[in-house]
Amino acid sequence: MSLRLQAQQLACERDDRWLFQGLDVDIHSGEVVRIEGPNGSGKTTLLKILSGQLSDYHGELYWNDQPMREVREHFLTNLLYLGHAPGVKTGLTALENLSWYQALDGQRGSESERLDALAIVGLAGFEDVPAGQLSAGQQRRIALARLTLTPRALWVLDEPFTAIDRHGVAALEAQLVAHANSGGCVIVTTHHELASSPALRRIELG
Amino acid sequence: MLQETTEVAPRLKEPGEGLALALTATLKRDLVLMLRRRGEVLNPLVFFALVITLFPVGISPDPDLLALIAPGLLWVAALLAALLSLDSLFRSDFDDGSLEQLLLAPQPLAALTLAKVAVHWLLTGLPLALMAPILGIMLALPAGSYLVLAVSLALGSATLSLIGAIGAALTVGLARGGVLLSLLVLPLYIPVLIFGAGAVQAAIAGDSVSAHLAILGALLAAALMLAPWAIAASLRISING
Repeated sequence: MSLRLQAQQLACERDDRWLFQGLDVDIHSGEVVRIEGPNGSGKTTLLKILSGQLSDYHGELYWNDQPMREVREHFLTNLLYLGHAPGVKTGLTALENLSWYQALDGQRGSESERLDALAIVGLAGFEDVPAGQLSAGQQRRIALARLTLTPRALWVLDEPFTAIDRHGVAALEAQLVAHANSGGCVIVTTHHELASSPALRRIELG
Repeated sequence: MLQETTEVAPRLKEPGEGLALALTATLKRDLVLMLRRRGEVLNPLVFFALVITLFPVGISPDPDLLALIAPGLLWVAALLAALLSLDSLFRSDFDDGSLEQLLLAPQPLAALTLAKVAVHWLLTGLPLALMAPILGIMLALPAGSYLVLAVSLALGSATLSLIGAIGAALTVGLARGGVLLSLLVLPLYIPVLIFGAGAVQAAIAGDSVSAHLAILGALLAAALMLAPWAIAASLRISING
């Protein structure tokens, strides 16, 4: 298995200002790509373009050397995107949140799988608490449980370390590198300094 | 604390089936969410009951006069009650990021939005249709038109939910989309209102109601066919903004 996400001559304009122009991106399996830049330099916008959410950009996207619009469904099947907002319903418990994500993925899943995934992100004992009663960091951990629960090859993570404590950050970082080493691919924006690793690559914006 | 995990090598997956699973899960999720926020579910129903109870007080308790305006009144009040609840259809999903995830699911978005609209109808349109005959008694609605009232509202409100969801999807990105939403969808509601109230009036007059109900059914069929695509496209536009 290998995957390749490519963008050619990517350019995006917001409010009469070019966020980036002529950007070439070529991402392969086994890489952790960190997108860097000051606030407002278009990191989130770039992630949204690379995850196929925005359509008002210039340039071409290729997934495994095929134009994105032709293989969008295949791309989405292999993509896990975590945005600024964690996508966790405050009215539902952690287990209910995860079971919806599994079903969206087309899996029925089992309760023990979900319990294991929650235990991994340190939420053992909080499975049946409505997410609204959990802290911001715990809510983000529910979203992060999807990384193990619904395995996808390509992870696109927008500021995944927000509200996560120091131990959690280290473990998540290790998880990203492990994912890349096992043949997956991670695209991440963060202001947190990632420990250097052979898998790590940077894209500078702004 | 996050623990380190042994990673299983991720494989590139082929797009699979699982649409039925995703649909039922979305249906169940939204039902559970709404039932945990009962206030929001009750809001349109209380509004409907209040409007209908106030009318005899405000106009006149004369049964002949009330019976004359009852079909239109019941329909207008139910329509406005349904409209009232539309703004929140996609709002909370938009705010907490679940809408992005819904758009990125490897399932057809049009089908998934249909599940959300179905929940809206089950918890707004259907209860309104079931309540209407009871409120009809208060307006001295002539006997024999109660069943037609409920059926026409059940059929019509499904169309209202579908059309309204297009407006809700278009305005979900706006901070205060409520007024715009009403302006967008009200013109499209008028045919439903005309034939819905018409069915009840025909029943009171003793005419055949099948023509009116058939048109309501046809409107629903057309909305079922076209609205999901329009909702999906509108959501994509809103997320893009």
